[in-house]
Amino acid sequence: MSDKVKDIKGWTREQMAELCAQDIPDGSYVNLGIGIPELVAKFVPKGREFIYHTENGLLGMGPSPKAGQEDPELINAGKKAVTALSGASYFHHGDSFAMIRGGHIDVCVLGAMQVSETGDLANWSTGEPDAIPAVGGAMDLVAGVKTIFVITQHITKDGAAKLVEKCSYPLTGQKVVTRIYTDLAIVEVTPEGFRLRALAPGVDFDEVAAKTDAPLLPMM
Amino acid sequence: MINKHVKSVTQAVADISDGAVIMIGGFGEAGSPIELIHALIDLGAKNLTIINNNTGNGEVGLAALIGTGQVKKMICSYPRSSHSKVFPELYRAGKIELEIVPQGTLAERIRAGGAGIPAFYTATTVGTPLSEDKEIRNIKGRDYVLEYALKADFALIKCEKADLMGNLTYNKTARNFNPIMCMAATTTIVQAHKIVPTGDIDPEHVITPNIFVNRVVEVSDPLIESKLIAEGISYP
Repeated sequence: MSDKVKDIKGWTREQMAELCAQDIPDGSYVNLGIGIPELVAKFVPKGREFIYHTENGLLGMGPSPKAGQEDPELINAGKKAVTALSGASYFHHGDSFAMIRGGHIDVCVLGAMQVSETGDLANWSTGEPDAIPAVGGAMDLVAGVKTIFVITQHITKDGAAKLVEKCSYPLTGQKVVTRIYTDLAIVEVTPEGFRLRALAPGVDFDEVAAKTDAPLLPMM
Repeated sequence: MINKHVKSVTQAVADISDGAVIMIGGFGEAGSPIELIHALIDLGAKNLTIINNNTGNGEVGLAALIGTGQVKKMICSYPRSSHSKVFPELYRAGKIELEIVPQGTLAERIRAGGAGIPAFYTATTVGTPLSEDKEIRNIKGRDYVLEYALKADFALIKCEKADLMGNLTYNKTARNFNPIMCMAATTTIVQAHKIVPTGDIDPEHVITPNIFVNRVVEVSDPLIESKLIAEGISYP
């Protein structure tokens, strides 16, 4: 394979976020996890409006403020400075997690260490003995939000599969993930297991299947 | 006329004793009552159990309180920070206990504590290591975990505006855990950016009603944690 072909293979982080944004319906209440999921906000399709919830207590979150206009008392769940859009509201943690646990948030986009073929998600701890456990709101989000999308690289930096039969890392939630957007493919979690939904440029079924540690069903 | 105003942060925290369970408001630096925490460091009460979402940043505020060795146990959801080594070092050395609680479960346990609800069921943590050894109950076809309410002897709170009776308003996302912690503590101690005469806050705008507040102290120019950290300042 020439270097040139290699260059256009797969999707970038931005493209993964854009593909995910295209699958979110107009008017959705959306919670975005820290990292690549945050990029989803940059790719809201024309004619659609999403209302962003951040679990530390803001509905109607806007983009980062201009340099010099940051307010240490106006931050998101990643503790970064944000803005509040017209129509926004502030509330305490009890109400914020009532929005999550009460099923009022439509879509949550999260990163992952591993996703199993039954939709189990592991994204909070490697379970190593010296790791300090830190969970934040991830377990509440996966238990309460109606639709959970995951954006992640298809394999780890060391080449290990992240889409697996059974997660080896401690779970964040059981049977919670609906769909996975990776650099190689879009994969749906179905009652029959992983099913391919779309292939990235320069990637074929066999490659995705080889890099997935569970059976992969072909596109419908 | 009821007046809950106290003159200094030192006076406000003076009766906190060794072994107290203390809720401290804030999410990161937003809404963190840093002057009250520093007064607690000066007071020197030991063997404390602290309930907060995090474990502090740098070597000021909550991180400084942990660093002095006054804290026996932390109950929190996210004890990691890019700016603090204080908690990780003590934890790895086995010198501080940690109870890890998902953020929403932490909020609801506090809310339940204030509302007189001893326990509740939630789907959060089902099938994860954090529900091991906990009671699971199937309700209408779904599994739920039993979680117990949290209460405290004291709450240290930061608000924007307080009146002399103890009605409170907050500023933006600095509200976070503060209102529910006011409800769940026996004695709620509040540092306010501004104290106003009773009646100056429109009853429609009161976020925390005065029944949940015991003391208010004005800190008109509070320290900003991230600035202190950027300047390399540590406390005491």
